[in-house]
Amino acid sequence: MNIDRRSFLKLAALGLLAVAAKPAFDLISRPSAARALEGPFAGKRLAMVVDLNACTAGDGCVDCIAACHSVHNVPDIGNTKEEIKWLWEVDYKRAFPDQENGFVSEPLLDSRVLVLCNHCDNPPCVKVCPTQATWKREDGIVMMDYHRCIGCRYCMAACPYGSRSFNWRDPRPYIDIIQQGYPTRTRGVVEKCNFCEERLSDGLQPACVEACSSGALKFGDLKPGTELYDLISSQFNLRRKAELGTRPQVYYLL
Amino acid sequence: MYDKGKIIGGLAVFLCLASFPVWYMAASGKADYSPDPVLPVSENLCVESAQYMKEYHMQLMQQWRDQAVRQGDSIYVSSDNRTFDINLTGTCLKCHTNKADFCDRCHNYTGTAPNCWDCHNVPPANAPPQVTK
Amino acid sequence: MIENIFRGGKKYWLLVSGLLVLMAAGMAAYLEQWNTGLAVTGLSRDVSWGLYIANFTFFVGVAASAVMIVIPYYLHNSKEFRRILILGEFMAVAACLVAITFILVDLGQPSRVLNIILYPSPGSIIFWDVVVLSIYLLLNIVLGWVALDAEYKEVAPPAWLKPVAIVSVVWAISIHTVTAFIYAGLAARAFWLTALLAPRFLASAFASGPALLILIALAMKKWGGFEPGDQSLDKVAKIVTYAIIITVFFLLLEIFTVFYSQEPGAMSHFQYLLFGLDNHYGLVPWIWTSILLACAAIILLVIPSMRKNQLILALACAAVFISIWIDKGLGLIVPGFIPTPLGDITEYTPTALETLITMGVWATGGLILALLLKVVLAIRQGQRG
Repeated sequence: MNIDRRSFLKLAALGLLAVAAKPAFDLISRPSAARALEGPFAGKRLAMVVDLNACTAGDGCVDCIAACHSVHNVPDIGNTKEEIKWLWEVDYKRAFPDQENGFVSEPLLDSRVLVLCNHCDNPPCVKVCPTQATWKREDGIVMMDYHRCIGCRYCMAACPYGSRSFNWRDPRPYIDIIQQGYPTRTRGVVEKCNFCEERLSDGLQPACVEACSSGALKFGDLKPGTELYDLISSQFNLRRKAELGTRPQVYYLL
Repeated sequence: MYDKGKIIGGLAVFLCLASFPVWYMAASGKADYSPDPVLPVSENLCVESAQYMKEYHMQLMQQWRDQAVRQGDSIYVSSDNRTFDINLTGTCLKCHTNKADFCDRCHNYTGTAPNCWDCHNVPPANAPPQVTK
Repeated sequence: MIENIFRGGKKYWLLVSGLLVLMAAGMAAYLEQWNTGLAVTGLSRDVSWGLYIANFTFFVGVAASAVMIVIPYYLHNSKEFRRILILGEFMAVAACLVAITFILVDLGQPSRVLNIILYPSPGSIIFWDVVVLSIYLLLNIVLGWVALDAEYKEVAPPAWLKPVAIVSVVWAISIHTVTAFIYAGLAARAFWLTALLAPRFLASAFASGPALLILIALAMKKWGGFEPGDQSLDKVAKIVTYAIIITVFFLLLEIFTVFYSQEPGAMSHFQYLLFGLDNHYGLVPWIWTSILLACAAIILLVIPSMRKNQLILALACAAVFISIWIDKGLGLIVPGFIPTPLGDITEYTPTALETLITMGVWATGGLILALLLKVVLAIRQGQRG
């Protein structure tokens, strides 16, 4: 066979392309992090119910918030601008700004509502993340990989619930007692509630649910036949900004 | 050759500056030691063989990280079928009770600064022993 | 060719050293941000994007506006654009680099930026923006440098340059559309949730970019002996005129829909921006400055006798540039976060450090552009002399 320089170069280039194509294809077609997982999460849909009638947040109870923030080493920065919160309380109008139902009963209007990450079934934060640092697990938990987050804060812009906080500075000096069982975060990453994924894998309930003495918080799998399912299918309940199509998984009993 | 002196002089200055770290470390004696990390006394076998750990502990830890965080599977099965809980603070540091005398010695020697400890905790008992009088 | 950046007169070195000083100041400020974190900025949990992302958005627009020169020259054979074509392309190069740098300085973990490439996420608009911006940068480096090289060798540019130019036209539209999609796809932020955002971005880009181009061309004419050709400048001025009118028209469209419909979600943001909300008036003086400048510029630009006076033209272009920098910068990013989805108002004021970093990034772009244009000037003067 006789090939001149030009066709040799062409062939060489084609060969190189072919060699490069496989890894490039693998890279693009890498299965997304949310792919079906065998094992503990399969077939589950974890959710939380907040019973506003039972909750005593209006009377100054912050047991669940204190427990959550303590076990997860959430810092207390001391100013609202840099605040980091996983679970906190707001008034009814802030939690449900779009419930323009004319007259709402006064006790409801005055009530304090616990808010947290809704672990949406269609999470807008997951869609926008450019590194898959946040993703939805098979059992519905919207996870954060603090190792991978680049701190672009696109997820914060996309979240309609203000559930995400950013570490504007190193959080460690602002944590009273560092719990050894859970890592802290570093500056420059976004964080939020993880439905106590680390406790669930040890067979425990989320810290907030465990800390609640009034029975206002319930957590579990949401499929027909479960206690949670019976609760929300038999009583009127609200979800925050459900009209945005995010399918939030924190249900509020009124 | 024009400007022979300037060129050779310039090259000499450049070589001196470029090799500065090498001869500075040699002259100051800072390179002339071996890190000698302090090994645990309670255990003589890590999750994998010592040689493997020396060479690949970084890759192993990244594998642990992805397996535990992203796949939600926090059990590691070693090559000789022992199982371990994937936990930097709880498993690694349980035996390597002194981070400063183990991790830091080699990392300082090789000039690496892993950022694991920005988030992962070093148990207080693991901090360098306080001298009390 | 490139060696010309080391030969220049007093004014050139004054410009270069001035820019270097600004860059050094910006770098020093950035070191502080690197060591402390983004707490050095005025950003907050509620307003999590600010000056950096505002400038990023604006400069993607400036970069895209090179098509306003490329289209007439390559597609309509308007030869009078020949002398300023390269200005547009090199301006796109500098603006692209500035936009990318603004993303970098905004990151909380800049050392992990490669994760965008290592874990490609086609569902994320930022991923696509990084891809299209990088390619657009490359296209304009090739377009500008190959054309300049041909000019230097006094030969016709290679024939393959035209297809590349046509690709760059499509690409320019894409970079700004994709940048608009970053915002326009978020159900959480009613202020940005409008299909009109991409057309608004393009219209304002085609006003602000060519306005900057005219300013640069006039400055180079006055101080660098560059001859842009009066005819070409007037054509670019007409482009600016149409584009700024369309920009204002689009803004009015948004305002009509929002205020006539009275839909509270979007209206509260516009209220905050235009009139203030619950005694918070942070952006009101800025946006009205922007609106007044745009109106003044339209008056100066539509009257031919005014537009043809190069001093008035320069003033009008400066007005357009500042007006759109406000409207598409802080005026676009910040109201998206105010009020928050929970109805709270946290205002945002950039800190001095943040401003210094921003100026440093601007200066970097300015230096890149100055060096590139120095080569252009040297080659053209060499040919004349």
